[in-house]
Amino acid sequence: MNDVLPQPSPVGAQSRHADPFAAPDAARRRTVIERLAAILPAHCLLYRTEDTRPYECDGLSAYRQLPLAVALPESEDQVRALLQVCHALDVPVVPRGAGTSLSGGSMPHAAGVVLSMAKFNRILSIDPVARVARVQPGVRNLAISEAAATHRLYYAPDPSSQIACSIGGNVAENSGGVHCLKYGLTVHNVLRVRGFTSEGEPIEFGSEALDTAGLDLLALAIGSEGMLAVVTEVTVKLVPTPQLARVLMASFDDVVTAGDAVAAIIAAGIIPAGLEMMDRKATIAVEQFVGAGYDLEASAILLAESDGTPEEVADEIERMEQVLRAAGATAIRVSGSEAERLLFWSGRKNAFPAAGRLSPDYYCMDGTIPRRMIGRMLEAISGMEDRYALRCINVFHAGDGNLHPLILFDANDADQWQRAERFGAEILELCVELGGTVTGEHGVGIEKIESMCAQFTPEELETFFAVKRAFDPAGILNPGKAIPTLARCAEYGRMHVRGGRLPFPDLPRF
Amino acid sequence: MSAVTEADPALETIRDAIRAAVTDRRALRLVGGATKDFYGETPQGEPLDLRALRGIVSYEPTELVIQVRGGTPLAEVHEALAAHAQMLAFEPPAFGEAATIGGVVAAGLSGPRRASAGAVRDFVLGATILDAQGRVLRFGGQVMKNVAGYDVSRLLCGSLGILGPIVDVSLKVLPRPMREASVRLPLDASRAIGTMNRWCAEPLPISATRWHDGQAWVRFSGAAPAVEAALARFAREHGAVRIDDDEAAHRWRALREHEDAFFAGDQPLWRLSLPSTAPWLELPGRVLVEWAGAQRWLRGDADAARIRAECERVGGTATLFRGGDRSAGVFHPLPEANRRVHRALKHAFDPSGVFNRGRMYPDL
Repeated sequence: MNDVLPQPSPVGAQSRHADPFAAPDAARRRTVIERLAAILPAHCLLYRTEDTRPYECDGLSAYRQLPLAVALPESEDQVRALLQVCHALDVPVVPRGAGTSLSGGSMPHAAGVVLSMAKFNRILSIDPVARVARVQPGVRNLAISEAAATHRLYYAPDPSSQIACSIGGNVAENSGGVHCLKYGLTVHNVLRVRGFTSEGEPIEFGSEALDTAGLDLLALAIGSEGMLAVVTEVTVKLVPTPQLARVLMASFDDVVTAGDAVAAIIAAGIIPAGLEMMDRKATIAVEQFVGAGYDLEASAILLAESDGTPEEVADEIERMEQVLRAAGATAIRVSGSEAERLLFWSGRKNAFPAAGRLSPDYYCMDGTIPRRMIGRMLEAISGMEDRYALRCINVFHAGDGNLHPLILFDANDADQWQRAERFGAEILELCVELGGTVTGEHGVGIEKIESMCAQFTPEELETFFAVKRAFDPAGILNPGKAIPTLARCAEYGRMHVRGGRLPFPDLPRF
Repeated sequence: MSAVTEADPALETIRDAIRAAVTDRRALRLVGGATKDFYGETPQGEPLDLRALRGIVSYEPTELVIQVRGGTPLAEVHEALAAHAQMLAFEPPAFGEAATIGGVVAAGLSGPRRASAGAVRDFVLGATILDAQGRVLRFGGQVMKNVAGYDVSRLLCGSLGILGPIVDVSLKVLPRPMREASVRLPLDASRAIGTMNRWCAEPLPISATRWHDGQAWVRFSGAAPAVEAALARFAREHGAVRIDDDEAAHRWRALREHEDAFFAGDQPLWRLSLPSTAPWLELPGRVLVEWAGAQRWLRGDADAARIRAECERVGGTATLFRGGDRSAGVFHPLPEANRRVHRALKHAFDPSGVFNRGRMYPDL
């Protein structure tokens, strides 16, 4: 036992930077900027408000905070030096990829530095025989597939933001996408992550071999929302591009029937490449936007995609058609060409912008429920629409139960935003109650940190903090995100109580 | 939603044993079916039998998820899944009739289907453990799309019990393939690695490969037309010969369970985990290759340090899987930064070092 183990202090690392809005004084600001300016070229460091303003929020624009500074390093040496400075000065570091997070994961810390990895945008190597690509974290998700296309390979996880989102961000969130039902999440498609600890020490998780020695730190790192290490390189798996893909669009006159049809497909032993559902309100919204000829009478539309060789696809489409008819589909169309396939998908892929046409603002939710609960959930959301006096349209990764309700509101009306937030929180709590989770793929970030109090017990949250301390004892990587402190849960008033016993009864509640 | 209630007598017994061990600073050895005692560093401590924690908590075939208590025999899980034409896609080895699902997850070993379908940790959706204070902690859940909190349930996979006993686990399951068929073909050592990797870059429904001594076996799994097309193509292009289905099932099972002739005898068995395209290593002994080159078994008396150095040179690691001299270390040494994280994680879950002390590395 020769190591000096981190000495956890309850009112230590996890609380010191817990408030991302607590601004530093001018003297502190000057000190930090001077120290960073000494190790970064001028063009890699921003600190004037007009320069840092573009970084004050990510895709969840309701949460904004100007950082103390923004660093855009160009090399691993600069990343290392920055971390060493921040570690020495106890400055929070908020890693940022493309800033497309929908949960505020890269919202800045008032006393901290946004560490933008945007300049780490090179694809370092592609090995078509080994079927791997080594890339920098700022590379866009779709750019990897574009570069691999010449080898008839691609990177499978396809979040809807893939033209913009970065692979480093995908690692932070364990991103999924429409095709993750068949091809897996980021964690199933990444072999190795290289980066630096909060002390500026290089560290690697995983390797190009399928197994590495010891505990599976790669699985911990993926989905860790920038809190365990700063990623500087990612090695991803590439898979053969399917020869053909066709999509089947089925109409249902009832959402529960549609949900049961999804179950029937799985029960028939079919795992489609993608399986999505839109409710009627979503379908009407997207039809106005894309004009694809969606069935506006249907209560729910299912999109089921099959990919593979022409023989595989023909076989699978036929079997899915049979299952869906038997399950009560009122109409079925199958795409006859690549153009038609993209048209069928266009509505689902444009659900968010379509929502943007209906309403000045929308709040995109992300939760997961067991698939069979979709009917109950949509019914409950209907009731919430009345109670909160806000409309909500729904799209659903039916294959894996990941739900994206889009709550429509007007941000100019502060009361509407507050109602939208409460509407959203209630949906998430219902997700947990129905046996699911508060976040399927967008991450917890700052947005759902309080919902975590409903999903986890204080002991489980404590375990998360212990995991955090194992990697970042100083607590400077993305503090105040994802894992709520017990004090915050107590304030929020929601604790996950098991067996009728309120934990920590003597914890002060304000 | 709750798999284990606080009033569960089997759980209470185990919790009491854990608390007593922590108080007395005694090491506990977590025991399921004891089928993997040969694997890892030598087990030490007083046995704590976990098999009373058994039973399938819930199984929803159309949700593709099964939740099982850790002490449930693997055979029981297979039976329940087979009744709905589903399976554990990672094809885990049991290494004995008494294997439990908790042990399967704790050992983190996957079988022939791993390279195509994924490893055991790719299918873990959630897990419940007891920590050193005897508290029930639940991580993950019942659904695949779940990014709330750190992925502790996947961390437990392959943890060899050093973080605590797995009370129950939720696993994603998949439908059994519509069709399976296997072939054998001659494949010279000089071309084996490259050829198997090139197959994987094509849309072939390959679910398993085995190469040894100039011969390759390939298993195709998937939709009937895909399997038929692959069989025809391999016959035409590689002179592949179909292996009778029963014979094939027997052979893949033997490979998975190390009953294959290659694994017989007392010579040390090393497991080399390498990038799949890594060249042949200059090491004495016999080699059997799985996972298109990513897993290579080595039977031989080569020096441990030399084996490890050769593996590291090509970006891989070596594990003394069975037999040989455990005192030189079983698992590949960790880089310093990773070792520190391991010590801190162990301390977080098991500060007194009660759980499977020294089973992964002597100091964990």
